[in-house]
Amino acid sequence: MSYRFFVNGDPVEVEVPGMRRLLDVLREDLALTGTKEGCGEGECGACSVLLDGAVVDSCLVPVCQVDGASVRTVEGLGSEQALNDLQAAFLETGGAQCGICTPGMLMAAEAFLATNGPSDDELIREAIAGNLCRCTGYTKIVEAIALAAAQRRAADPH
Amino acid sequence: MTRILPAGTQELLATDPLLVPPGSRTPGRATQRGPLRREGPAKLTGVAKYADDLVFPGAWYGATVRSTQPHATLLAFDLDDAFDWSQVVLVTAADIPGDNVVSLIRDDQPILVPIGGEIRHQAEALCLIAAADRETLRAAKRHLGVRTERLPAVFDPLDSTEEFSHIEVRRGDLEAGFAQAELVIEGTYRVGHQEQLYIENQAMIAVPVADGGVTVHGSCQCPFYIHRALKRSLQLTDAQAVVVQAETGGGFGGKEEYPSVIALHAALLARKAGKAVRMIYDRHEDLSATTKRHPAVIHHRTGVMRDGTLVAQEIDVVMDGGGYCTLTPVVLSRGVLHAGGPYRCPNVRISGRSMATNTPPNGAFRGFGAPQTEFAAEMQVNRIAEALAVSPLELRRKWAYREGDTTPTGQVLRESVAAIEVLEAAAEASDFARHSAQTQNARAARQSGARLASGIGIAMGWHGAGFTGSGEVHIAGVASVELTDDGVVRVLTAQTEMGQGTKTIFPQLVAEELGLEPDAVENAPQDTSIVPDSGPTVASRTAMVVGGLIIKAARHLRAQVEAVTDRPFADSYRDFVLEHGALRVDEHFEPYPNVEFDDATYTGDAYPAFGWACAVARVEVDLDTGEVAVRDVVSADDAGRIIHPVLAEGQVEGGTLQAVGYATIEEIKLLDGRYLNDRLATYLIPTALDAPRIEAILVEKPFSGAPHGAKGIGELPMDVGAPAVVAAIHDATGVWIHDLPATAERILAAMTGAPVPDPPGVSVPAPEGGAA
Repeated sequence: MSYRFFVNGDPVEVEVPGMRRLLDVLREDLALTGTKEGCGEGECGACSVLLDGAVVDSCLVPVCQVDGASVRTVEGLGSEQALNDLQAAFLETGGAQCGICTPGMLMAAEAFLATNGPSDDELIREAIAGNLCRCTGYTKIVEAIALAAAQRRAADPH
Repeated sequence: MTRILPAGTQELLATDPLLVPPGSRTPGRATQRGPLRREGPAKLTGVAKYADDLVFPGAWYGATVRSTQPHATLLAFDLDDAFDWSQVVLVTAADIPGDNVVSLIRDDQPILVPIGGEIRHQAEALCLIAAADRETLRAAKRHLGVRTERLPAVFDPLDSTEEFSHIEVRRGDLEAGFAQAELVIEGTYRVGHQEQLYIENQAMIAVPVADGGVTVHGSCQCPFYIHRALKRSLQLTDAQAVVVQAETGGGFGGKEEYPSVIALHAALLARKAGKAVRMIYDRHEDLSATTKRHPAVIHHRTGVMRDGTLVAQEIDVVMDGGGYCTLTPVVLSRGVLHAGGPYRCPNVRISGRSMATNTPPNGAFRGFGAPQTEFAAEMQVNRIAEALAVSPLELRRKWAYREGDTTPTGQVLRESVAAIEVLEAAAEASDFARHSAQTQNARAARQSGARLASGIGIAMGWHGAGFTGSGEVHIAGVASVELTDDGVVRVLTAQTEMGQGTKTIFPQLVAEELGLEPDAVENAPQDTSIVPDSGPTVASRTAMVVGGLIIKAARHLRAQVEAVTDRPFADSYRDFVLEHGALRVDEHFEPYPNVEFDDATYTGDAYPAFGWACAVARVEVDLDTGEVAVRDVVSADDAGRIIHPVLAEGQVEGGTLQAVGYATIEEIKLLDGRYLNDRLATYLIPTALDAPRIEAILVEKPFSGAPHGAKGIGELPMDVGAPAVVAAIHDATGVWIHDLPATAERILAAMTGAPVPDPPGVSVPAPEGGAA
């Protein structure tokens, strides 16, 4: 079967079985290896991507459900030379250590920031509760997201 | 974050606690926050390449056929005729050209069990299959049968008669100590397995090379362990075996020794197939087959005087090594050496045994034996404080080591002792005395039917920095700094980055010595064909030991260049290269002065220096369900001079949460020697919502043996979190939980008298009539 959707704004078309995991389509068919696999059963969140703006575990999404949709991955954020504000906040605070949970964590955080709602410690923790990190104790990740939220609010006060 | 900065800024070796004036600089120390994580941008953009991200066109997929018996004889493999075996490659023990041994301490673990050989645990590797695609591979596995004859299995280390190692540490006159004691308190503490749970599973890709060699790319802490294993079993020369570390998604000890197994498997398949072979474990296989923290049973008998003076400690440690020795004797050794806790005691006997059971082998995990024994030690201190009706904080003030004290091995703690400093820092930041009075009053006034109870608990610990005893001398690490033909300053070590910050602090340290910006110094890749063997990335030794070596190398490089150019290094090194070409300085490890240890008698300086830690935890316990929420933890840690505050805090925060998981929810249940909760849906680690608020306090008591005064930090926080949490549970509920983890079931059983759950770490036998 052929499926057409958007990845980070670019149209893509893949010829694959409909039940192929979005994670494999991204990593193997589209060579976008920024999205990681940690458990393959939706527990760790390392494979989190945004599907039409909502955080999903790409290991649990068959590609047939993505037809016509818009997918955003870590490759759609800033580049090494020009990190976006959230990535820069992670770098500044020490929110990334081994880095394997980081792409998924960033996507969950992006979805949270996109809500433009309040961003206290508890709400941030709830937003990333589906993303496991074994290195940081979450302290500096929460700090990074709070920093990015404050910067975005300052840049665009409503 | 709070930071306490003792030690002078002028005199590098000074260890007197003085405040460093704000903004002043000390050698090797980051200005303010330190450079940003070197590989951070690559990790934050998805550009960093972990093993599974590496593409080798035409690579095959490899799989391991494992035992499903805890103890058996391997009789035969049955290949189903219905399957076309010509489309796959099958590797058995007969295909191993060299020694069929995973090269570690003892030569007991085969790479693959030979026909007629002994299977010693569930998940043991029996044979290997590789295929061009995953479907064919799965089909081949389905069509391969394994015939075995079951043997009786042993699951409890206390029932085992097969010993891997034993050691004993003695000081003073134990009998006289107990004769003098006015109060003797005993306790048995039991801890289960803990999984490292790096989020990146174990992964290796082997690529055959035309000269008969093999290059292995993968996730690991110790490239040269793998290098040695490949050379020995595949009969390769130094140059034929090449190990290249890929970006590594967490290790915590779990990628110290196990990667040798998976690298050997991938390399055997690759050589037979003549193709690159990918062996990427999924989470289920990783949890089922790879090493865990050693379960242990620890018995304490302690003699004290009524005034609280500690006069005798008798401690018996039994660790469960699992089916093979792996690193067990070294884990036991560290466990025993830390088992008394950071306390002065004139009469001590600590004996330790590590035993074999028919369970998957246990191995390295952050803390390496110390979290187990220090949990028991701190439980004992807190129970003694209760028996003496004194504050656990006050008792520790009385007992804690000061400079000049002697440890059970006879080591005189001449310098860098910060036990009191970390204790006071954590007690003050957590307002321990005030909260403690509040929770005690609340407990006294509590009505039956109350739903929630709060508690606060304290624990302290110590952690020997670097390898135990003569370990560093045996490793004889070499690290280098070079000026390349291109005029680039490059650090060459085998030290791997796995999130802890090696790639950031090494250039920082070298740049500081050379008067350069950190960005002007590069890291050579962790590739065994490029870097020298500076030893494994374990035992909190990277910053202290190898960091020290590269500082010395940089000093020599600077001196050599400046002797020729007669100008400061930073201004002249590029000119030097143009005129004189490349220059490299290899720095060899030299024993720390006045540090001597006798491995035979277990006496002397067990470690060149110790780090010190104290944690205070606050919990809320649901009195109806026994569920615990850990609300906050203050962890004060002394790792000597702090090189990079942000990275150091990250180590304390992450280690603290692993300790909280160990204390409350992380447990492996076994049936017939097989891990039952072998998926991430059933082996739980703390999420952001489960995690307490963690305050890291860095206390700095420099170590004079390292040029930068640094000691290790990674393992320290792991030693103290769990006993602090269990003390807080006691403070809330009035019950002591002697077994880790302190699950809701164990807490409820202690509170209500309901049947106590099975001890942690011990398998339930197979149901009657055979295998489970």
